[in-house]
Amino acid sequence: MIWFAAALVSFAALAWGFRLAGQAATGRAPYFRDMTFGVAYGYIFAVAALAWLVWAYMQGRSPDPAVANKFFFLRIAVEGFVVFAIGAWLFRLLGRNVGTKGTKRLFRSMPLTASFGIMMILIYVFVAVFASFLAPYGQAEIIRGVAANIMPGGDIALGGNPDFPLGTDQIGRDILSRLIYGAQNTVGIAFATTVIAFMLGGSMGFLAATLGGWLDQLLSRIVDVLMAIPSLIFALLLMTIASVWAPRLGIPQTYFMILIIAVIDSTRVYRLSRAVGQSIVVMDYIEAAKLRGEGMGYLMFKEILPNATAPLLAEFGLRFCFVFLTIASLSFLGVGIQPPLADWGTMVRDLGGFVNFAQFAPMVATPPLLAAGAIALLAVAVNFVVDWMLHRSSGLKD
Amino acid sequence: MTQAPDTTPLVKIRDIRIDGRSDETWLPIIKGVNLTLQRGQVLGLIGESGAGKSTLGLAAMGYTRDGVRISGGSVEFDGIDLLTASAAVKRDLLGKRIAYVAQSAAASFNPAHRLIDQHVEAPVQHGIAGRKDSAEDGIALYRKLRLPNPEEIGFRYPHQVSGGQLQRAMTAMAMSCRPDLIIFDEPTTALDVTTQIEVLSAIRDIVAQYNTAAIYITHDLAVVAQMADRIKVLLRGEEVETADTRTMLTAPVQDYTKSLWAVRSFERPAKPAVQKGTVPLVTVQNVDAAYGKEKVLHDVSFDIHAGRTVAVVGESGSGKSTTARCITGLLPPIAGQILFDGAPLPPDYRKRSKDQLRQIQMIYQMADTALNPRMSVGQIIARPVQFYLGLTGKAKRQRVDALLNQIELDPAEYYNRLPSELSGGQKQRIGIARALAAEPRFIICDEVTSALDQLVAEGILRLLARLQDELSLSYMFITHDLATVRAIADEVVVMKDGHVVEQGPKAEMFRPPHHAYTDLLLSSVPEMDPDWLSNLLAERGVDNIGDAAVNKL
Amino acid sequence: MGNVLTIILQRLALGFLTLLVVSVVIFVAVNLLPGDFAQSILGQGATPESVAAIRRDLGLDQPMVARYFSWLGGALQGDFGSSFAQASFANFTGSDSGAGSVAQQIAPRFANTMFLAAVSAAIAVPFALVLGVLAALYRNSIFDRATNIFTLSSISSPEFFLAYVLILFLAVLNPILPSVSNIFADMAFSDRLEKTLLPALTLTLVVTAHMMRMTRAAIINLLSSPYIEMARLKGMSPLRVIVHHALPNALAPIINVVAINLAYLITGVVVVEVVFVYPGIGQLFVDSVKFRDIPVVQACCLIFAAAYILLNLTADIMSILSNPRLRHPK
Repeated sequence: MIWFAAALVSFAALAWGFRLAGQAATGRAPYFRDMTFGVAYGYIFAVAALAWLVWAYMQGRSPDPAVANKFFFLRIAVEGFVVFAIGAWLFRLLGRNVGTKGTKRLFRSMPLTASFGIMMILIYVFVAVFASFLAPYGQAEIIRGVAANIMPGGDIALGGNPDFPLGTDQIGRDILSRLIYGAQNTVGIAFATTVIAFMLGGSMGFLAATLGGWLDQLLSRIVDVLMAIPSLIFALLLMTIASVWAPRLGIPQTYFMILIIAVIDSTRVYRLSRAVGQSIVVMDYIEAAKLRGEGMGYLMFKEILPNATAPLLAEFGLRFCFVFLTIASLSFLGVGIQPPLADWGTMVRDLGGFVNFAQFAPMVATPPLLAAGAIALLAVAVNFVVDWMLHRSSGLKD
Repeated sequence: MTQAPDTTPLVKIRDIRIDGRSDETWLPIIKGVNLTLQRGQVLGLIGESGAGKSTLGLAAMGYTRDGVRISGGSVEFDGIDLLTASAAVKRDLLGKRIAYVAQSAAASFNPAHRLIDQHVEAPVQHGIAGRKDSAEDGIALYRKLRLPNPEEIGFRYPHQVSGGQLQRAMTAMAMSCRPDLIIFDEPTTALDVTTQIEVLSAIRDIVAQYNTAAIYITHDLAVVAQMADRIKVLLRGEEVETADTRTMLTAPVQDYTKSLWAVRSFERPAKPAVQKGTVPLVTVQNVDAAYGKEKVLHDVSFDIHAGRTVAVVGESGSGKSTTARCITGLLPPIAGQILFDGAPLPPDYRKRSKDQLRQIQMIYQMADTALNPRMSVGQIIARPVQFYLGLTGKAKRQRVDALLNQIELDPAEYYNRLPSELSGGQKQRIGIARALAAEPRFIICDEVTSALDQLVAEGILRLLARLQDELSLSYMFITHDLATVRAIADEVVVMKDGHVVEQGPKAEMFRPPHHAYTDLLLSSVPEMDPDWLSNLLAERGVDNIGDAAVNKL
Repeated sequence: MGNVLTIILQRLALGFLTLLVVSVVIFVAVNLLPGDFAQSILGQGATPESVAAIRRDLGLDQPMVARYFSWLGGALQGDFGSSFAQASFANFTGSDSGAGSVAQQIAPRFANTMFLAAVSAAIAVPFALVLGVLAALYRNSIFDRATNIFTLSSISSPEFFLAYVLILFLAVLNPILPSVSNIFADMAFSDRLEKTLLPALTLTLVVTAHMMRMTRAAIINLLSSPYIEMARLKGMSPLRVIVHHALPNALAPIINVVAINLAYLITGVVVVEVVFVYPGIGQLFVDSVKFRDIPVVQACCLIFAAAYILLNLTADIMSILSNPRLRHPK
């Protein structure tokens, strides 16, 4: 702690020197001349942080296993970051040279984060669609002749098995296969839920915006009340009830979950599509169409919807992230996607304890982090793309 | 306003080039303009939108907006090179020696602070005067600018003060450090004419009193004629010509300048008076209307005859557009009725038949919001053709092409374009074509030229006049601009606060005697005479113009 | 000022009404459970008397409207009935001491959750505001872009991922903080703080990112307004432009986002409490959901919703007060 404080103070001196040196070296070039002390401090701080990262990374490659283990995850993180960055750059290069004129132009102005996002989404879709070809075993397959509870990491000395790099679970299913199938289940269910939420909330929202009057009032008040209950809490409450009804009705609990989350989430979609719809409805071209005597259907589908696609698409991304994370959280809490479907949230809960092995056997600790990381990575990817889309649409307005 | 002899120029701009960012490339906004301003002199910068006059004005302060950069040339203020000066040096000049008065005072005052707090900010932060002294000075300035209640108006928040008063308070704020130079960026464009005149005279007095140099940016020639010693005309980032105000007004050299001057003289010959006893095409009969509980129209009545243009004139909030909404049926009146060809129309547009709807069409002020940005020009015009006339396929396409030809746009080139790929004037022409496509007999034109540059606006007016003759259309022309009225109207209806104040043929309206309000309105429109404002003030006195005069009515 | 007062009173009344309706929704939702539910909770071995006791306790023998009002009346006095877990325990021991009431179960845990939320807020709010202002000040710089990527990532990550990453680095690899938050009633404050720090840091990561982004967006949104340009043209320094001219006008959205995130801290702690085995109300809620301990679920839901509505209401009123147009009517 004291060392940290001392470092911060010495940075201040360094920053002052850095600015002075910069001014002297460049003959008071405007950039250094107008540089505030805070900016100079920021540069020094960033350089120091970068230096520490390089040092830590080198530690992670140390021959001494004790030291290497300690920095193993940092090393993986750094390597992962670099690999993904290069991958995203190559992907963008590909996009700039292959495809139609429109997509090429799109890729030309794309930041690296967005191309990373698109690349990751494509990879996830690929894994989800071809899960059954990629996974060595079935998601619910109890492999015969193989012990349950094989430790992850494939190190025989620690109770692992190289044939099962991530080990097996308590009833002998291959964790790697379940991780791959997780893409299908977790992502697929979240996608379906978002689509339902959009159909429900979107149609209601536009209807309320165009018709106004008592329908708008009624729907808006209902949405107000539903939104006054925190969504995760409400979902948990309704899932409690669903969990009682599901076995009696013979309908899988997962279906209930899809419906419940779709309804809860459709309130947010409703709010947005109503707002977007209202901002379009006040336009003069809508007034012109109304005065022409156009019917409701024409107004909705020809005049309003085409102008609402951009904000709705961005919202779809955001809502998908939200639904995806909610489902993962519910599963993590044990009331979401139910076995035997393989799903990442449940896996994190079941394998979470392995994190405690990290210090002496980093590989053993990876499965829960892989499952949680898989959730995070997709959400990050989608958010990057949405962020870019929002930025683009706001930029076009100016 | 004569400058002291043999001083170095206050502002010296040489061959300045300014670029603006658009997508990925930098496009030139200003392409090498020179500007010299002596101490105490007022330079008028005029040009249409996109001429780069605001950009040039800001560059004279060494400032560029986000996405704009100065790529070449030099800007010197009193011998200081503003392009190479450090940020600290520039900050020390801004507010203290160079001040800025923005177009919209309502948006340029910070809504979170009182006027006086914003007034004293520059003197206090620049270390010129203490809070108390500069606050007292502010009150003195408010008095000089003839603001009502100078003692307490500064202690209000911006939203509590009217637009014309805010504009004067902003001029006072610019004066707070007694700068050497003030940039006025269209300070009266957003104001009504009766308010504008008050602000103009206040600005002119105070600038003369403190012998401050100024750059006055505007698109309105008549305004600049009152304010400036010299005038510089810009066109698409290049200088057209510069001369003394009087020389410029009487003997412009360049064709472009001449055409600008000529715009104001466009006037269509008036039609013969309507014979007594003819049934008007549209009759507004004793209409009262209200938004919720607030009554906005009181007993409005006037007639529009076939083939004639009726201009409805008034300042913002006078009820012009509301009357139009009553005629179209968007706002059913609470009393009175609308007659079409002598027969009453259902008050609500939803109750009107397709043919009734077809007969009345509308052209909007903002062409941007009047055209669906996702539809091509062809689709926009084709829709009413198909909807009302039932044409499809080749016949529909032929009709659309004919309409495009009628509005002087080449069908082959424009049919597939999106509205975003058109200029402002072209968009407005598409709006006209869409109205014509319904083959109506009556068109409401709601401020159709006020968002356009003068030359473009003139083109639109000529087009509308031609179409009227060819198709014997009737127009209701809503406008606040009396030059437009003079150009196109046959009859004039003057409105104020939801009442019809006066109505009659155009020729009578422009000849006294009038209702007092009409008189004030007409006399407040600036003319192309540099002495107009001085003469008017001498004639009426400072207390008989602007809001003060309106309040007296 | 009368104007503002009426608006605030309206909002208060509306908030109260919302809470009332929400309580109805929660109550009705719970009553969607099948009628023979008590039987299945207690299992086959339950005596008819204990089943009848539970039915009576839930008031299942009365009409629904009457049940709602007696439940609401109880809740207003802090009496949420007794939990199933306790009821079946009482069933076995045959005693009916008041020790098993839901309220007694919830009270200490509620305090714990509030403590966790307070610690997180104390770190997150100032941190987020300063970062947000800095990002707006140095917008489009490397710093801004780096924070953008960092905050987007932390918003997108599920809480349990962040929690495990923090456990990994701060508890397992570098044993600085404990990974399990076992908190007792009579613990020293410093001890309690240390045990709370890791869950608090996890929440901070999530909440800071969101608040910081909104602060930045709210300020940048204003930076294109003419009055900001005016301030710059008056020669004001960039920092003064942001702090003195932009910030006061960005208050309403910032207050709003802070309130939303505080509400999130109180209601969205569920996952974090489960990861760290933190004895808060969130964990109790999840456990009750699993055991279908309906009275507890109902009570927790109502408390969460009340906290959520109350915070949003506070935000609403504060943004009204921060608006000069409303504070100083014409």
